[in-house]
Amino acid sequence: MRLTCPICGERDRREFYYKGDAVAEHRPDPDAGEAAWDDYVHLRDNPAGVTRDLWYHEMGCNAWVVVTRNTLTHEVIETRLATGGGA
Amino acid sequence: MRFSGLRVLKEGLTGNKGWGPHWRDPEPKAEYDIVIIGGGGHGLSTAYYLAREHGLKNIAVLEKGYIGGGNVGRNTTIVRANYFLPGNSEFYSHSLKLWEGLEEDLNYNVMHSQRGLINLFHSDGQRDAFARRGNAMINQGDDAILLSREGVRKHLPYLDFDNVRFPIYGGLYHPRGGTARHDAVAWGYARGASDRGVDIIQNCEVTGIDREGGRVTGVQTSRGGIRAKKVAIVVAGRSGQVAAMAGMRLPIESHVLQAFVTEGLKPVIDHVISFGMGHFYISQSDKGGLVFGGDLDMYASYAQRGNLPLVEHVMEAGMTLMPMIGKARVLRSWGGIMDMTPDGSPIIDKTDIDGLYIDCGWCYGGFKAVPASGNCFAHLVATDRPHPAAERFRLDRFRTGNGLMDEEGTGSQHNLH
Repeated sequence: MRLTCPICGERDRREFYYKGDAVAEHRPDPDAGEAAWDDYVHLRDNPAGVTRDLWYHEMGCNAWVVVTRNTLTHEVIETRLATGGGA
Repeated sequence: MRFSGLRVLKEGLTGNKGWGPHWRDPEPKAEYDIVIIGGGGHGLSTAYYLAREHGLKNIAVLEKGYIGGGNVGRNTTIVRANYFLPGNSEFYSHSLKLWEGLEEDLNYNVMHSQRGLINLFHSDGQRDAFARRGNAMINQGDDAILLSREGVRKHLPYLDFDNVRFPIYGGLYHPRGGTARHDAVAWGYARGASDRGVDIIQNCEVTGIDREGGRVTGVQTSRGGIRAKKVAIVVAGRSGQVAAMAGMRLPIESHVLQAFVTEGLKPVIDHVISFGMGHFYISQSDKGGLVFGGDLDMYASYAQRGNLPLVEHVMEAGMTLMPMIGKARVLRSWGGIMDMTPDGSPIIDKTDIDGLYIDCGWCYGGFKAVPASGNCFAHLVATDRPHPAAERFRLDRFRTGNGLMDEEGTGSQHNLH
């Protein structure tokens, strides 16, 4: 699997650190309550198919990248910078 | 049909014409007392112990594919009880005891081989940690022996002891650890359950979970609707999808773990060896293949295959530890879908829906748990009370923060296990 960093171009998967589901784009308010935070920290849709997750270009430009990809085929559909792309 | 030496002799002399299928292949009935979703090792053992220990008969196991086609046939067959934390410690101890009586119990040769497991360490700090783990194992009533470097050398003379980065300081030896024949475990439990009246229904995919007023009433399947008083979900890597059918989200992310086997070789590796610093472990099957694996590929996946960087990493670790295997040719590799929880420990619990139970989150350690997982899950489903060996495997421990079992000590977070 190779990932296209929006800044550096197509790179080896080993250059990236995998954070997980891109839930961080929808972080709850600090006082949103226990259920919202449990949901954010622990619970996952865990789809078999298209998913969006966060990868950190650790060995490259240090950008956080939102990767849209298919968990059944490992096809990478789209990558974009996490900054400014949320909500 | 019972196996015995006499029977094998008789069949051998009469052309092996007397063997029949090991389990029945029934049509699904319209209603059962208990429906188990998932005919893997854990689902089959759950059905077996429901019938054997709780005297329940009206049970179906629904399997999407075929018996032995999921993770129970895609693992590296290691059986051990070397956990440290309360919760895990008593559970895996319970499981190993069940393994030790399993062949007689099932009247089935699961080729359980207690060849001993050795976890290597490479620094003074790691030695301390392993000494502490060994003490925890002994306190649990299991066996552990701290080996010096020379002690390891007596067992495993072929290791590279003087590796520059990870010189071998010693190992924690767990003599009762070992391996078992994974397919036979599935077949043995399937036969035992079927003989006790459980309907094992293959090629039957669950597509929906029916509920009425907060209570489960049955399931929809590719072979029609089936009513049930209780429904038990035991579907490992697919837990997220099946739980979603009941409107639940789980603290689980499914990842891929790869494993490898070489061509058959003459006996060369007598033990199970784990080289934690290289994320590498290895044993030799009775057929002669070296069976080995490494860490997760570390991204969510349902592909049942991994990527080449991890293959390279595992091969490098193997060559670092035991250069003698360098000429062995890898026959095949595969990937399994691991139901990873944030703290790396499993869940056996009721859900918020009456009559719906879940057993999941086995991460990359489900095979050794097959007997106790089924045993404890059966206890929960039959009695509505947790089995003492599994009472800490609570679903709500993530929400409350109470009772997290982070065996690796890396933090209770999805990408850390």
